[in-house]
Amino acid sequence: MIKRLTATGRRPDGAAFIVAAGLAAGGAVLIWQAGTIPDKGGYAGIGSAETLIFVGWGLVLLALAHVVKGLRGGDGGVPRQAPVPIAFVVGGLLLQLLLLHPAGFSIAGGVLFSMTAAAFGKRNFALTLPIGIVFALVVYAVFDQVLKLNLPAGFLENLIFGG
Amino acid sequence: MTTIDFLLQGLAVATDPMILLYALIGVTLGTAVGVLPGIGPALTVALLLPVTYGLDPAGSLIMFAGIYYGGMYGGSTTSILLNTPGESASIVTALEGNKMARAGRGGPALATAAIGSFVAGVLATMALAFLAPHIVKLALIFGPREYFALMVLAFVTVSAAFGDSALKGMTSLFIGLALALIGIDGLTGQARLSFGVPQLLDGIEVTTLAVAMFAVGEALFVAAQIGGAEDKVHAIKGGVAMSRSDWKRSWRSWLRGTAIGFPIGAMPAGGADIASFLSYGTEKRFSGHADEFGKGAIEGVAGPEAANNAAAAGTLVPLLTLGLPTTATAAIMLAGFQQFGLQPGPLLFVTAPDLVWGLIASLLIANVMLLVLNLPLIGLWIKLLTIPRPWLYAGILLFATLGTIGINPSPVELAMLTIFGVLGYLMRLYGYPIAPVVVGLILGPMAEQQLRRALSISQGDWTTLWSTPVAAGILIVAALALIVPIILRLRGKGHVLAQIGGDED
Repeated sequence: MIKRLTATGRRPDGAAFIVAAGLAAGGAVLIWQAGTIPDKGGYAGIGSAETLIFVGWGLVLLALAHVVKGLRGGDGGVPRQAPVPIAFVVGGLLLQLLLLHPAGFSIAGGVLFSMTAAAFGKRNFALTLPIGIVFALVVYAVFDQVLKLNLPAGFLENLIFGG
Repeated sequence: MTTIDFLLQGLAVATDPMILLYALIGVTLGTAVGVLPGIGPALTVALLLPVTYGLDPAGSLIMFAGIYYGGMYGGSTTSILLNTPGESASIVTALEGNKMARAGRGGPALATAAIGSFVAGVLATMALAFLAPHIVKLALIFGPREYFALMVLAFVTVSAAFGDSALKGMTSLFIGLALALIGIDGLTGQARLSFGVPQLLDGIEVTTLAVAMFAVGEALFVAAQIGGAEDKVHAIKGGVAMSRSDWKRSWRSWLRGTAIGFPIGAMPAGGADIASFLSYGTEKRFSGHADEFGKGAIEGVAGPEAANNAAAAGTLVPLLTLGLPTTATAAIMLAGFQQFGLQPGPLLFVTAPDLVWGLIASLLIANVMLLVLNLPLIGLWIKLLTIPRPWLYAGILLFATLGTIGINPSPVELAMLTIFGVLGYLMRLYGYPIAPVVVGLILGPMAEQQLRRALSISQGDWTTLWSTPVAAGILIVAALALIVPIILRLRGKGHVLAQIGGDED
């Protein structure tokens, strides 16, 4: 896909340490959780817990490798990112999450649609929100009514397709 | 029965009108997602997993394979006309193809890409048909340790062998492996890493992870770039006909591309993108028009486009015969098989020959459909490129969440989608590959199962893992695939590997 456009962006020193901290934390959680699993492996000698320990230590080793890489010095920063579009998309996803059950698939989907359009520069919600809701209704009709996918219905869906 | 008999039997399945419809839907969707930047076949198959749950297994799998093939065809269109690859295997096509389009030769470039894809698709599918029964025989002697070794090899080639850093690839892989551990252990029923959240007991859904990483991460990444100029679509001048010299220069490249692409796809050695890069290098050396490369050499379009289609067909060899996915798309297709209670592997050829051979035969038909879709109807696909980005990405995200809501309409699932989406964006930003995460999630539990089975059989003796020549040989190859690239990078040859870095599809 088009990731390659700018993904040559390399990491500054700090980022390697943050990644290392994240990996180490993840590894620690895995190793800690392995301790809470009672079984002892049986014939194989390894059971449910050992894989957690293996992957956990793998993450810790990768964290150490990131620390070494970070100490050796970064290889340039990443291009500056625009925060507003990210806030729009993430906000749209969170709004959809909150609205999904109270308002139904179409309204929640329409909100996500208009928020994403806003992230890409179309900020005219009076236009994008209705288009989004109608589009989501069509999607609902096709996937819920025809293809029998179970999508949450709100008053709008109940009004049009019956309860 | 011989392969020919099986193929004829498969054709009988594949010409069923409903199956033809599934294949047509698959190739049409595949071409569309190949053309559109920002979504690829891996994401599309993941999105459709919940939708196909209630549909016919054979038809659904044929549709998935059609999407994979179609993606390989459609990707070239965007590369040539827009200089933005529609999917990762078409990146090199942009090098020469876009130059041709700028010189007003976009038509022949599209034609050689489509016909090359057709030639390669048909030849490679035939190769798949003739090779598969032999590998199935071989696979029958494989035990858990050989399967475990093969999976280790797949892990290494997907994550560390190519790309600009083994460390980043391995990091992505281990993130996937860690996520795979969430939920109930398939062997003992032990809940792991669920932290008392009931939704986590089912594990991380493939659809949610793939959609989050590919669609949401991609949308965030594209949206956050400052000052990205809109790309310009180059109009096709003078139709898509190829001149006599175009044909003469193309056909050898098609065959060379096929010969390079199929084995690369068939061995767990990486996906279609790697094949297309190697083919580009080969064409540059053997075409006899090396001076034209970089200015729009037709061989540079014909070879890689044939190679990426041949590799897509090749990928189906380990997937169908061994149950071993070597690319993200294949991994998600494997999840599709499992959704219908089918386990790809040697047994599938015995238990469900209709399905396997029907699938292979449909791929031949799909190639014919794709040739029609991509040559006479090319104008329709170009129109897709004129959708403004706000509408395009708004639609993509709506469909992305549709897939997730379809599996499980719960706020927890959508919260996971958002979190993994942000993770996918950050990984993209810092150059961590996405495919190993998805492959780790799907292949991780299988590898764990084989490992524990092998150790159960040997009563806990670890040496069993390399006690047969086959298993030891595969593990040695895996070790080489990990170590050699690291040495190459240390010696300053890393840029070649970075260039052929395998990515998502």
